[in-house]
Amino acid sequence: MENDKLEYVLRLGDNALILGQRLSAWCGYGPVLEQDIALSNIALDQLGQARMLMQYAAELKGGEATEDGMAFFRDVFDYHNLLLLELENGHWGDTVVRQFLFDTFNYFFYTELLQSADERLQSIAQKAIKEVTYHAQWSAEWVIRLGDGTEESHQKAQKSLNDLWEWTGEMFTMDELERRMVEQGIGVDVAALKTRWDDKVAEILDLATLQKPEDDWMQSGGKQGEHTEYLGYVLAEMQHLPRMYPDAQW
Amino acid sequence: MVVTEAQIWDWLAEVKDPEIPVLTVQDLGIAREVLVKEEGAVTVKITPTYSGCPAMNEIEQNIRQKLEAEGVEKVQVETILSPPWTTDWMSAEGRRKLKEYGIAPPEGSSADKKTLFGTEKKVTCPHCDSRNTKMVSQFGSTACKSLYQCQDCREPFDYFKCL
Ligand SMILES: [Zn+2]
Repeated sequence: MENDKLEYVLRLGDNALILGQRLSAWCGYGPVLEQDIALSNIALDQLGQARMLMQYAAELKGGEATEDGMAFFRDVFDYHNLLLLELENGHWGDTVVRQFLFDTFNYFFYTELLQSADERLQSIAQKAIKEVTYHAQWSAEWVIRLGDGTEESHQKAQKSLNDLWEWTGEMFTMDELERRMVEQGIGVDVAALKTRWDDKVAEILDLATLQKPEDDWMQSGGKQGEHTEYLGYVLAEMQHLPRMYPDAQW
Repeated sequence: MVVTEAQIWDWLAEVKDPEIPVLTVQDLGIAREVLVKEEGAVTVKITPTYSGCPAMNEIEQNIRQKLEAEGVEKVQVETILSPPWTTDWMSAEGRRKLKEYGIAPPEGSSADKKTLFGTEKKVTCPHCDSRNTKMVSQFGSTACKSLYQCQDCREPFDYFKCL
């Protein structure tokens, strides 16, 4: 089922692209120069990973499909990213906590994708895991710094964590497509990552003196194309230029 | 014109990295393979340092321009992802040039980089060789570098981190 694979690759590509686009908005607004640069670099890595995945998706789709077409000419319902990644950046603590929750997942995800039966996904994973490891270190360090920082930073980080928690369940929920991909040895069994993720998150939150929220009702739908109102705004900004001037060149 | 692969490699040794102009694509180990077909068409396979490295397009262009300037008519530059680039491929000469330029070269093997939340790496100051240095930021002026400061000579410096 090549269609399955195409959608699966797009899900990964959309995660990288939407997060990369969100993080890019911090460029020039970071709290200090070094961290502005750090976040811009992480955004760049995400966009780089998105490109590798979109190039692959375009090849799988065949015909006239291109990497840019995938990014700029699909609408909200054709995007398959996790809802967590399309949420507004909020303040620095919100962005850092979201990054930590996702990076930690992404680290375990790409570690498993290294074993994919699909050679191309395997090479993309080899490339991505090195970068994601640095991202995960960076965001974990920042969660500790904010949590174990001042009274205000602690309170804010705890609130970010509580607010974002309901968006984390989707990372570990398997749907039919993912099951078929796992059966073929191509995809990752994300449900099986949950324990490792929980342990690592608990370890870092402990160092950060933050309280790990209880798992309760969780948001879902992003992977299947049902999004929050926020994604439309992200796409409008990102896609506006190529849609207005389809043949624009740098 | 008939060219040999060795000749192509010599020319590649003159193509510089646009962001760290003391290094050539050969020093960095970005150029992985050179193929010369009978009728003189040349294929150069390159691999990106970071997947989002903004210099890659320029590097590709520079390779093409260099080879065309040397009289190669058909140049094809192909990007390959696997095996992924690692700082282990940086030549000894490349490391020496980096240090001279004021950037601390990658220390040790990249193998130890796969652990999550590891301890901070000790890096030698490229200016005074002190080991008493401190990381200021994981990400420096480009994705491939971290920002450090020397506690002895007080100079800030970039560290080309292991990947
Ligand atoms: Zn020094």
